[in-house]
Amino acid sequence: MIVAARAMVRKELHQISRDRRTLLILVFVPALFLLLYGYALNFDIKNIDLAVEDQDGSTASRELIAAFTNSGYFTYAGGVHGQRELDWLIDTNAARAALVIPAGYGRDLARRIPVRVQVVVNGDNANTASAVVGYAGAIVAEAGAELLAATPGPGGTPGAPRALVGFEPRVWYNPQLRSALFLVPGLIAYITMITAVISTSLAVVREKERGTMEQIRMAPVSPVAFVIGKTIPYSAIAFVSAVLIVLVSMALFGLPQRGPWWLLLVLIGLFLVGAQGQGLLISTVAQNQQVAFQLALLSSFLPTFILSGFIFPITSMPAAVQAITHVVPARYFVAALRAVVLKGTGVDVVWPQMAALVAFAAVMLGLASLRLGREWR
Amino acid sequence: MSFQVKKGEVFGFLGANGAGKSTTIRMLCGLLSPTSGTALVGGADVGRDPERVKRVIGYMSQKFSLYEALTVDQNITFFGGVYGLSGERFAARRAFVLDMAGLRGREDTVTKALSGGWRQRLALGCAVLHEPPIVFLDEPTGGVDPVSRRQFWDLIGSLAASGITVLVTTHYLDEAEHCHRIAIIHRGRMVALGSTGALKQTFAERPILEVQTTRPVDAMSALDALPDVEKTSIFGTTVHAVLRSAGVEASRIQAALEAQGLVVQRVSVVKPSLEDVFLDVVERVEAGATGGQAA
Repeated sequence: MIVAARAMVRKELHQISRDRRTLLILVFVPALFLLLYGYALNFDIKNIDLAVEDQDGSTASRELIAAFTNSGYFTYAGGVHGQRELDWLIDTNAARAALVIPAGYGRDLARRIPVRVQVVVNGDNANTASAVVGYAGAIVAEAGAELLAATPGPGGTPGAPRALVGFEPRVWYNPQLRSALFLVPGLIAYITMITAVISTSLAVVREKERGTMEQIRMAPVSPVAFVIGKTIPYSAIAFVSAVLIVLVSMALFGLPQRGPWWLLLVLIGLFLVGAQGQGLLISTVAQNQQVAFQLALLSSFLPTFILSGFIFPITSMPAAVQAITHVVPARYFVAALRAVVLKGTGVDVVWPQMAALVAFAAVMLGLASLRLGREWR
Repeated sequence: MSFQVKKGEVFGFLGANGAGKSTTIRMLCGLLSPTSGTALVGGADVGRDPERVKRVIGYMSQKFSLYEALTVDQNITFFGGVYGLSGERFAARRAFVLDMAGLRGREDTVTKALSGGWRQRLALGCAVLHEPPIVFLDEPTGGVDPVSRRQFWDLIGSLAASGITVLVTTHYLDEAEHCHRIAIIHRGRMVALGSTGALKQTFAERPILEVQTTRPVDAMSALDALPDVEKTSIFGTTVHAVLRSAGVEASRIQAALEAQGLVVQRVSVVKPSLEDVFLDVVERVEAGATGGQAA
């Protein structure tokens, strides 16, 4: 069996090396995908155009406006006078948000009378809008606190701060809350999954289409030897491609590697072998390359994108959907990848994910061998 | 169907497309499991121990079944590896295949670039790489030019001479003449079995007349009307008429045709070809089937 498997591996490598174009596609297209997705998929919000209606015109109101524009989140899109001008700017998307400072703002603040400023946000993109509201709230609160600290109260001790409870958030592992750091591990899973599943699923169906499968069936090659012979070469290629993606992520998106390298490589390997198993299983079911391609794409793309926690948090899914995510290997891979790369954790933390990946790979390769054995009989 | 094949014999399965030739071969190779019945191939039971069968047979199918993207040598190496050949034995077998297929000096040619005849010979070479005592060839010469077909059958002949048993399917009647014995398969049943000579004996008492005429179709209906003629069929530009007994004179038939106003160039008794045998067998089976009798 080992001899036959070795012959299969060598043959497969010869075939792959003949087909340079496919090889280049397998190795480099994933990295290209990463660039496209990495730059396009970006949830960070910066440079929001802010229209300002300053009805007060005092030092205090100008300070508030400066606090907004100096925060980095907002850029000054122009001053407006009156509701109609403001509506126009928002409607034409010249401004995504507007700050309205009422007349008497400075005077009231000096007298310690609570004042309210209005922030208008274009809500057509709920994600952006909620982020803008959050930023604006924080800036206003901070400006208010500073004012309190700087101005003496009526009859009170000068400079005594009224706001006694401060809020000081600390975000670990990704202090700037860059969405790239959150997305890139998911992207790595997503891209490697799709390419690994598709490449192996086609590799077997091609033999069926060309009739070489029948010749192999006539030879004393067991289904297991066949599966091994197909898995090893494609795993090697997929592994090179996956490592390339990781390196690109580090170079371009500042992905850190805080955990042990060997653990990262082992995780990638485990994930890939499972993906190959899925591809092989598909190719035992499909009769031609078109069907195999579609099955491979659907079964890898949708679950990995939606059910892996790559973008949408699994904990906020309905219970039934959460249950389904347990059979999506990318779920474990993404979690483990984030843990190792961002948090720098070791095997002591990610072993359950590793166990799940091993189980998935074993089940997939086992099923593929069984199906193949049944088909060959 | 029931038959035995001797060592070193070239045994042909002859039949129309879809008659069941390939199915028979695939069952004998262990590719399909039989619904009933047993077969021993090289002493191994096909139904019970297909893995042992696979070790004693070589197989080559009608589809070209080598890896086209690989070179000649890489194909040989792959099949050698699959059958567990190594070292000196592999080197010797590789040399044998290269010589047999006439591919010396083309070891590094990509298989795709070879002509059909070469590919076919290489495929045969790969099928006998592990020196199987029995070789199954499923329409091995499909889509190959006549010269290459001839060479291929010479190869089959030399394999048989070296003691290898060859079972081959074909729907080329001229090829079937090369076989020592032939089984004619029709609608999934074996309807005749024997050497080409034995099969032709069916015409010993029913001579075949070949009629050369300008209007073969009219000649056919005229012949069918004669009491001495059993049946007729078109044979190229001539008409073959099977007579009911050996005593009928060719000149009498010619006179009868000319009496109907047909221009007859020639009427002569011909030796039965395998095609005559095949058509005769199939027709009789069909007649038996419509008559409600068992074939």
